[in-house]
Amino acid sequence: MLNAITHSQIYVLDQDEALDFYVGKLGLEVNADVDMGFMRWLTVNVPGHPERQILLEKPGGPAMSEETARQVRELVTKGAMGGHLIFSTDDCRKTYETLLALGVEFTEEPTERPYGIDCGLRDPFGNSIRFTQPKAQ
Amino acid sequence: MSSAAEETNRRMLRARDAMDRAYAQPLDVPTLARIAHVSEAHFTRTFRATFGETPHRYLQRRRVERAMFLLRETDRSVTDICFQVGFGSLGTFSRTFRGIIGRSPRTYRKEAVAADVPTCFTMAWLRPSA
Repeated sequence: MLNAITHSQIYVLDQDEALDFYVGKLGLEVNADVDMGFMRWLTVNVPGHPERQILLEKPGGPAMSEETARQVRELVTKGAMGGHLIFSTDDCRKTYETLLALGVEFTEEPTERPYGIDCGLRDPFGNSIRFTQPKAQ
Repeated sequence: MSSAAEETNRRMLRARDAMDRAYAQPLDVPTLARIAHVSEAHFTRTFRATFGETPHRYLQRRRVERAMFLLRETDRSVTDICFQVGFGSLGTFSRTFRGIIGRSPRTYRKEAVAADVPTCFTMAWLRPSA
């Protein structure tokens, strides 16, 4: 049966701006950047983990109508589109300080949880991202 | 970002995020309007049009949700929790909590069950309805 998650997808409103954020700030690396004419297949992954990619997809035609794309874009900017990404980190507080200095917008400062230390942020479009430093086992 | 609606949504979300992040601080309309880069006159109306409730109500629900969390997961006193989540007096806290949850903080604590799932999830889903 199924044995891995290889691709996840989130909607971004501008793929170049998404690269600036996901690669330039969060430190992910580009896995694929393919101009297919009708769309740009753009995926990123955590360094060293190409087996799990995130597709940064721009909503629009011809996949959806202009009206639907407009609705999707509005939902993304309201923070209501879902598409959560949760990463792990070796040092939550240090990563937080690093990203804060880069101007990343946080929704929650590093906080102790039963499962570790985690915090929350937004990408430039409104998608919700978190990263957790798991409690030592 | 292209349309005016997207730009407005993003600004309102920024103000809402500030409430999620700094709920324990005194966050008034002038402060939130500055974060959203809109005039005070427009802020409350626009926020309500975007998210379906006033910023004041959102902040109250956020604080009550954090109080619910602390009542469930810690043994801190109700008074400590009241101030820790940003209420200015125990009376206001108790009245607001009861108004939203239908029970007093103490009764809630007795009946609550700790939720063993990530906090971002409980934060969104255990927040009392508007």
